[in-house]
Amino acid sequence: MDLIKSVEEQFRKKVTSFRVGDTIRTFVKVVEGDKERLQPFEGVVIARKGQGVNETFMVRKISFGVGVERIFPVHSPSIDKVEVLKRGDVSRAKLYYIRHKKGKDAKIKEKARDIRKAPVAS
Amino acid sequence: MTGILGKKIGMTQVYLEDGRVIPVTVVEAGPCTVLQVKTPQKDGYEAVQIGFGEERKANKVNKPLAGLFKKAGTPAFKQLREFKIAGLKVGDTIKVDSFSKGDVVNAAGTSKGKGFQGVMKRHNFKGGPGSHGSMFNRAPGSIGASSYPSRVWKGIRMAGHMGDERVTVQNITVVDVMPEKNIILLKGAVPGGANTIIEIWKD
Repeated sequence: MDLIKSVEEQFRKKVTSFRVGDTIRTFVKVVEGDKERLQPFEGVVIARKGQGVNETFMVRKISFGVGVERIFPVHSPSIDKVEVLKRGDVSRAKLYYIRHKKGKDAKIKEKARDIRKAPVAS
Repeated sequence: MTGILGKKIGMTQVYLEDGRVIPVTVVEAGPCTVLQVKTPQKDGYEAVQIGFGEERKANKVNKPLAGLFKKAGTPAFKQLREFKIAGLKVGDTIKVDSFSKGDVVNAAGTSKGKGFQGVMKRHNFKGGPGSHGSMFNRAPGSIGASSYPSRVWKGIRMAGHMGDERVTVQNITVVDVMPEKNIILLKGAVPGGANTIIEIWKD
């Protein structure tokens, strides 16, 4: 088991720390023909699942009135970077309930004071 | 050709550069020591016998084996296997670095034992409807007609013991080799559970 972990360790990368409830902007590498560009996806992290190199996170946003959710692997090389825009104050590990909320109810309270002192991109 | 013996550690997923996730089997392979060289003059074929694994307990080494290990000057390996490799001599070691990323290899091992299984699991028979009053669910059906052949043909596929047999998987891509840890990553699955001894070879 430990050998597997040591193998997985080699495929991990340094990632920005963010939690469920945070509003983030994920930059995904998109290959178009022979060109590569970064496509941002901005939204609220509603879940983090899995462990180690297999960890994933789910981002939800409202696009033209339609809820859109995308799941990204945390350690995938096709994720260029993650910017944290807002730290959310939530008391659930999974925020699936916001799917049924609208307008003001779907808003996530911002953390008054960031105790982790992590840098927040503007 | 080159070959190596290894121990299956388990499976995980890794990322390729383009972001794709692929399943891999982690195999701890080698180092293996050459114990005996078989030559066409003496044995009629060319091969090497290699040893791998921990040392045997003294009571698990019989006299012929003790002689073999003494002659080769090696500890009493638990696992012995022959590969048709040329150009090695007794005492040489084979390590994972004889394989490299992108190689296409074959792997063989003993599959997980499944016990006594019916024809649906063992031979992929279709079975019958599960409901609507059907009483023909997982049975094999006819195994021979009454007038002709009036007996059961030899080799008719029936229920019986499944698994725990040697299975070879061909054309496996080597995803990565980590020589400092004696680890080789093979794309996809290889036979058996964890700690199964796996033979890996390439032409």
